[in-house]
Amino acid sequence: MDKPLTKNIRPGQEPLSLKEYEKAGGYQSVRKALAMSPQDVQNIVKASNLRGRGGAGFPTGAKWSFVPMGKDAPRPKYLVVNADEMEPGTFKDRILLEGDPHQIIEGVITSAYAIEAEQAFIFIRWAYKLAARRLEAAVAEAYEHNYLGKNILGSGFNLDLRIHVSAGRYICGEETALLNALEGKRATPRAKPPFPQVCGLFGKPTIVNNAETIANIPHIVNNGPEWFKSLSTSPDGGTKLYGVSGRVKKPGAWELPMGVTVRELLENHAGGMQDGYTFRGLLPGGASTDFLVAEHLDVKMDFDSVMKAGSRMGTGTMIVLDNRTCPVGFVHNLEVFFRRESCGWCTPCREGLPWIEKLLRAIENGEGEPGDIELLAQQCKLLGPGNTYCALAPGAVEPLQSAIKYFREDFEKHIRDKNCPWTKAQTG
Amino acid sequence: MLSEQVKQKINAELAHCVTKQSVAIDALNIVQRHQGWVSDEGLREVARMLEMTPVELDAVATFYSFIFRKPVGRHVILVCDSISCWVMGHNPLLVYLKTNFGIRFGETTEDKRFTLLPVSCLGACERAPAMMVNDDLYGPVTPEMMEKILKKYV
Repeated sequence: MDKPLTKNIRPGQEPLSLKEYEKAGGYQSVRKALAMSPQDVQNIVKASNLRGRGGAGFPTGAKWSFVPMGKDAPRPKYLVVNADEMEPGTFKDRILLEGDPHQIIEGVITSAYAIEAEQAFIFIRWAYKLAARRLEAAVAEAYEHNYLGKNILGSGFNLDLRIHVSAGRYICGEETALLNALEGKRATPRAKPPFPQVCGLFGKPTIVNNAETIANIPHIVNNGPEWFKSLSTSPDGGTKLYGVSGRVKKPGAWELPMGVTVRELLENHAGGMQDGYTFRGLLPGGASTDFLVAEHLDVKMDFDSVMKAGSRMGTGTMIVLDNRTCPVGFVHNLEVFFRRESCGWCTPCREGLPWIEKLLRAIENGEGEPGDIELLAQQCKLLGPGNTYCALAPGAVEPLQSAIKYFREDFEKHIRDKNCPWTKAQTG
Repeated sequence: MLSEQVKQKINAELAHCVTKQSVAIDALNIVQRHQGWVSDEGLREVARMLEMTPVELDAVATFYSFIFRKPVGRHVILVCDSISCWVMGHNPLLVYLKTNFGIRFGETTEDKRFTLLPVSCLGACERAPAMMVNDDLYGPVTPEMMEKILKKYV
């Protein structure tokens, strides 16, 4: 089984019902986990080298290990699935949430057991209507069959799972902002420490994991860490749901061994550039990652390799910049998004992003002035990691700083010539 | 005035909440489902049920993109204006809507049929350009397809 995450997914059809899912081997990990101690389940996940699939790539086993365990731990503990996928260019979780809802639920149960959580939430974004409907139906089936509720499969383990539909804001995908949203507040991030594992939802120990991360848990528990590691060609274990969008022949998503190269994704799976377009660069993992260009085509798409190349793998869904699209316009569109989605809590983000957006708009419209590029570069430093409450602003400046690095000449041309050389291509 | 049905649904959420405030977003979503938007009056009633002040609740309501604090048309068109849809060309869709319905982002047709709003990345990037009308997702959308799609929404 080399495609554990997508093996049950039948595009264009209804997802597997609970009975069909069980027949396909589903919910075995729950039985297996319940026969072990929670700590044993954690050890399996830790040994597998599973890294978070939400964008940050933090080792999942390590994240879980900070949850206080045992009878003196604060309770109730919470397990939350982050299904608030909203990073521009990212569409992989939607496929899992719509395509195999029971896989998510099984992952929730096994993970919740591992951290002794009795309450779980799936925090799903407003726009994922179909996924929310399918998950609701699957949760109801799971309760009917005693996979959720009291005394699961006679084990004495209780777990309640609710689906919370967000009211819409990108920052809800930030784990502490998400917790504030669950508490019925404005979704501004919280200072860390304390970390959610110790003080999270309603002040109790909480784990927030991305939907794709959770989807991996049943397979790891069923087949063991060595199997999981053997699926990949990198130190990071497992498969990954990769995607490509932009002017390629076959935009889409594919489950592949962790560590395929940028070139393989772009050329073999996405079919290469559309006729009449050539490749200039791409963001490897969603809007908040640095550009990779032609010299990076043979970089492996795993967390460490992409970091060495000066970027981040992030969500693993690539956005392609073609030769007929203006790089200034491209980055401007990204900063319009980040500026709009800033929660407004901290000054560098709240004040810096509108300023960046204004400068880019001016440059794009041929109204840029000498010194603007230097000003933008300075903003990239001011909005960098450590200066802000969360990672939104540091993420927002990643495409900008790398665009200045790789496409500086295009920026300078706009300023010098007082127009956009690509204008005709935009208005089509 | 919140209907009995809406109040019942909110009370059902309150029945298993940890704090009353934690129901705020669910409650606002419920009101919105039934009335299309959240009026000042509706907000005040929900605040009373949640034991929050109206200002506290409004601070929550105005944070989220899909709690509408102004009336919207019978149908809400959301055109994604994030990066992949921009690269693949969402502008022709906006031109179509301006030409045929006279509306830009943030505007409602005279007959209150459609409100047009921008939406951040819909997570349908492989089918860009994408849009939603009410709960329905469409993509890739061309101007030629718009007439047939929008006809369904009277």
